[in-house]
Amino acid sequence: MVEATDNLKRLVIEPVTRVEGHGKVSILLDENNNVSRARLHIVEFRGFERFVQGRPYWEVPVLVQRLCGICPVSHHLAAAKAMDRIVGGEKLTPTAEKMRRLMHYGQMLQSHALHFFHLCSPDLLFGFDADPAIRNVIGVAKKFPDLAVQGVMLRKYGQEIILATAGKKIHGTGAIPGGINKNLPIKQRDAFLADIEQMLEWARGALKIARDYTVEHLDDVAEFGSFPSNHLTLIRDDGAMDLYDGNLRAIDADGKKIFDQVDCQDYTDHFAEQVKSWSYMKFPFIRSIGPEDGWYRVGPLARVNACDFIDTPEAEAARKEFLAVTDGKPNNITMAYHWARMIELLHSVEKIRDLLGDADLQGTDLVTTGERRGEAVGVVEAPRGTLFHHYRVNDDDQVTMANLIVSTTHNNEPMNRAVQKVAADCLSGKPEITEGLLNHVEVAIRAYDPCLSCATHALGKMPLTVELIDCEGNMVDRKHTA
Amino acid sequence: MSEGGDVLVFGYGNPGRLDDGLGTALADAIGELCIPGVDVDADYQLTVEDAAEVAKHRVVVFADAAVDGPEPFSFEPVEPKGELGFTSHGLDAAAVMAFAIELFAAETKGYMLGIRGYEFNEFGEALSAAARENLAAAAAFLETVLRNRSFDDAAADAAARAARRDDEGQSCKTENT
Repeated sequence: MVEATDNLKRLVIEPVTRVEGHGKVSILLDENNNVSRARLHIVEFRGFERFVQGRPYWEVPVLVQRLCGICPVSHHLAAAKAMDRIVGGEKLTPTAEKMRRLMHYGQMLQSHALHFFHLCSPDLLFGFDADPAIRNVIGVAKKFPDLAVQGVMLRKYGQEIILATAGKKIHGTGAIPGGINKNLPIKQRDAFLADIEQMLEWARGALKIARDYTVEHLDDVAEFGSFPSNHLTLIRDDGAMDLYDGNLRAIDADGKKIFDQVDCQDYTDHFAEQVKSWSYMKFPFIRSIGPEDGWYRVGPLARVNACDFIDTPEAEAARKEFLAVTDGKPNNITMAYHWARMIELLHSVEKIRDLLGDADLQGTDLVTTGERRGEAVGVVEAPRGTLFHHYRVNDDDQVTMANLIVSTTHNNEPMNRAVQKVAADCLSGKPEITEGLLNHVEVAIRAYDPCLSCATHALGKMPLTVELIDCEGNMVDRKHTA
Repeated sequence: MSEGGDVLVFGYGNPGRLDDGLGTALADAIGELCIPGVDVDADYQLTVEDAAEVAKHRVVVFADAAVDGPEPFSFEPVEPKGELGFTSHGLDAAAVMAFAIELFAAETKGYMLGIRGYEFNEFGEALSAAARENLAAAAAFLETVLRNRSFDDAAADAAARAARRDDEGQSCKTENT
């Protein structure tokens, strides 16, 4: 909690809406209603790394899906990649690797579709200040029904890909240490192929919306929550975007490489984490630069900025157009996350199409093993950014240590800077803090598509509370949504 | 997943968070009964694409854990609500119903089976003992309702029971005053 300070009043947005999980924003105003300080607090504590200790390593790829109901596939695959190394099976068979990639692109498709069509499009289509009664997914459904249906069907297609590759919606078991436990039958492949052209067409349409919005509103969005930053991503050995595998690359705000082709197993040599008293979420940074300037962004914006090319034609054409806006330099516009995300959406559909045409998906050589190891790191590019899973396993096959750095943790400092900037630019000096103004802050956070943790969501949980507290600690306004 | 039935039972929740797994456990229990014309599905949470499945059925029964409310369970109609609350990564049943009507011209009737749970805030896959008892009662109740297709009658009975409980609670308070 931000303390009430003399001549300051505190404004709290709790929890932030339309992000994955829960957070709280506190905005400290002075007596003239100028923003003194703004912070994004992560108020949940998961302790999951302790939970997996003592469990046999082969359970972990299934167990970690309990972390999050939104991106269980990302945790499933990151853990499976770590356990591949534990069993010495990191060189997967072609069938196993392509089945996992298909699962991963399905996850990327469904997650990006959900975010764009149903979480962010209300802001883009209706405006940040629009009536909140219509500025939501139901409002989109009423005014733009075709668009809403496309979002649903794109997401459904991605979910069905996951079901076909992971086996189950809940606690999928597809990826196992050293491989995969099933291939893709011809009948299922043909069912997906029958709809792939439709998915491509809708993905192109979504990309156009995001691109047009950014270009047409460039003057407005260029400064909205924006700032120069470093960018981190997995990268293929030839510099191509690779969402499933590769080494690590970090670039600075001008595109200069900080490091490149770093083996993921050595990540602790390059990253450290800082703890701050007001947030449960850590603040990672690049060791060689230090905590002050070594923070970075991850996710679609970082990936599109940091790769040399995208290996599917339509997404690559879109990447070039994207970077042309900033004369080939990294794009540091926070709202450009949406455009980058839709480039990846199209890329994912292109990759799914290509994979479905690959006969290796019907192969029967599913698992490989090799020399047993006691420690391993698995990294994937999750929809929201780089995801690290690091484990140690003892001779009794029990996990003795787990360290997870999730995408939203990487983006912790950038999200805080976005909140601070938008609050200062949009809220300072306003005689009245309206819901629309508060939504500006949330828009900046939503650009990162944060997953603040998937909590229990049983009936009766999770109210939205907004509190305005004056400099003497008195609550002068409070909004609540059940 | 639609198998051609006219009724869908959709349990949701996170089985890795103790009693939050009540909804999916209910789906498992009903699924094992193989009741003719009843499709069963389960997921961590309700999302927008579930509206497409809902629209394919005449009746949908949502099942979720309840952090408060009647024991062992509540059963009531779901009124479509075309507005969202605090978050939309997981929709509530009313929003899914509204989405189904808005986008897929659904004529589906929705009901919510809220099974009372007690422990939610730790990791673990076991239901609490009290939650297991509530689950058994809810599964037995729903089996009867599904076999008889007596959704409205069951909801009316549940509402009457709830009203009686409220009256009894009120009279207790009055007596204690």
